[in-house]
Amino acid sequence: MIKFLFSRSIQGMVLLLIMSFVIYALIGLMPGDPIDLMISANPRISSEDAARLRALQGLDQPLMTRYLNWLTNAFSGDFGYSRLMAKPVFEALQPALMRTFQLMGVVFVLSLVIALPLGVLASRRPGSKTDYTINLLAFAGISIPPFWLAILLIILFSVTLGWLPAGGVPIGDGQGFLKTAQYFIMPVMALTLANIGGHTRYMRASMIETLKNDYIRTAKAKGVPEKKILLHHALRNALIPVVTIIALDFGNIFSGALITETVFSIPGMGKLIYDAIIGNDFNLALVALLFATVLTIAANFIADICYVALDSRISYGGQKQ
Amino acid sequence: MTAPLSVHGNLKSRFFRHSLASISLFILAVLIVLSLSAPLFEWILSVDMQSTNLFQRFQPPSFAHPLGTDELGRDTFVRLLLGGRVSLIVGLSAAITAAVIGTFVGLIAGYFGGWVDDLLMRLTDSVIALPFLPLLIVLAAMDLTKLGLPQALVENDNISLLRIVVIISLVGWTTAARLVRGRTLALRSELFVKAAVALGASPVTIIGRHILPNLSSTIIVATTLSTGNIILLESVLSFLGLGIQPPWPSWGNLLTNAQETIWQSPELAFYPGILIFVTVIAFNFLGDGLQDALDVKSVR
Repeated sequence: MIKFLFSRSIQGMVLLLIMSFVIYALIGLMPGDPIDLMISANPRISSEDAARLRALQGLDQPLMTRYLNWLTNAFSGDFGYSRLMAKPVFEALQPALMRTFQLMGVVFVLSLVIALPLGVLASRRPGSKTDYTINLLAFAGISIPPFWLAILLIILFSVTLGWLPAGGVPIGDGQGFLKTAQYFIMPVMALTLANIGGHTRYMRASMIETLKNDYIRTAKAKGVPEKKILLHHALRNALIPVVTIIALDFGNIFSGALITETVFSIPGMGKLIYDAIIGNDFNLALVALLFATVLTIAANFIADICYVALDSRISYGGQKQ
Repeated sequence: MTAPLSVHGNLKSRFFRHSLASISLFILAVLIVLSLSAPLFEWILSVDMQSTNLFQRFQPPSFAHPLGTDELGRDTFVRLLLGGRVSLIVGLSAAITAAVIGTFVGLIAGYFGGWVDDLLMRLTDSVIALPFLPLLIVLAAMDLTKLGLPQALVENDNISLLRIVVIISLVGWTTAARLVRGRTLALRSELFVKAAVALGASPVTIIGRHILPNLSSTIIVATTLSTGNIILLESVLSFLGLGIQPPWPSWGNLLTNAQETIWQSPELAFYPGILIFVTVIAFNFLGDGLQDALDVKSVR
């Protein structure tokens, strides 16, 4: 088990290292470069000055040298300054990250609380009316464009009913919980609805597979009540694959959060990454993208731990029981 | 004795028993025909998609403009159809490209097994786990001239279409890879494959002659299932302004404009979205129906 987690974390590190290089190389391919921007802002910079500046910032070096320099600095905790915000990148990143985390956290819990029971309910009688309805809704959930769902909510609650603000975040601190909540209702709703579909389908499929097992038939033959069979015998086993898939889906929820933030103009990670890329803020874009990668790799790692915790039969490290 | 069921007939009846799938097939056919005939409608209504008329902004539906006009007085109906043409063409070609990449990866992994399989499947898992949207934003914003491509080529309209197709295929191949790998593993242990190995056939012959033909149903299902997702992805990218560029309409970028005019004309934000939704759900139902009919095991 420890050996397994160790090898998984090594794999994660390697993936992260590869991704950091890929992202670094890609960022170099963004339109324009920082020195060009300086030149266009200040016509008195001569071409010699530009060359000197380039050399000063190491921009004349080959890609691999630049990357290794960056990596060495990164390991000593220096990720550089954000050009747009004139702050160290982590300071620039923090408020946006907190906003996105808040949104994702609430959505994650809400969609599990709604989707898992729906999946179990549907799996009770495959092919029944209940199952059919839930399945249809789940298909709708995975097929609806998330940004359109958000726009529909704006049309309903802001344009037609006028109940909620169409976007943005409350300005200033101490606005009170209710005021803040108003701004978050629609983003949370949009993202949750977009997630429920997939989660429900995973849960349903896994439960149906589990309910085919012999021990379920045995339990039924013994006269165990249905509720107990579903929740006690089947659910625990059915959850194992679902946990993995949901953790793999973490990257999807992150992407969904970025889209939702764009529609509701919330200054979170989505806007930050977009602005950093378009505004040639290389350091910031790089760290923001790496952060997103770390998040998903961490989510996968947690999934592996849950996998082992939920099923004591699984053993890792080669020896089969 | 009842009449013998041919394999083909059996398949058909199994597919059409899945009523949602047959309805979806019909809807998709209608959408494709309508989108392809967009120029015909331009001619009938004597409008064209680019001509603006600021005196005719936000017109309600009328005989001349079946769904009214947008914020620049352009005909909404024709722009929707043209947008559909772009979205469907991009969606289908990206799905096919992704299927080709996925089939290749899945075949190699499933056939050779061992460390090759481990490596390729770890790669597939990694691609699935990566936060695709931030990476797609970077790929879409990339300046191709820095890769040494000539300026004129980069600014060509067709290249921007091609670029979206390539970017989306790069993340879209995983469904096909997993399904194909699973099926290849199963085929690998079939007697006819073992016989071919025993006869000394080369891996290329075995894959080309014995395995690939047996993968057709798997590949069809994988392609159909990922087409829906890919159309969604394209719409997201275009919505963010990184996909199809205006004045060319696509269902995604029509929504970008519509969000800005949501207070004047909410219905403009309704049409493109409902079309994306219907198309994607139809592809998903169709994939589901084909999966049942062709009896392809899902690998998730």
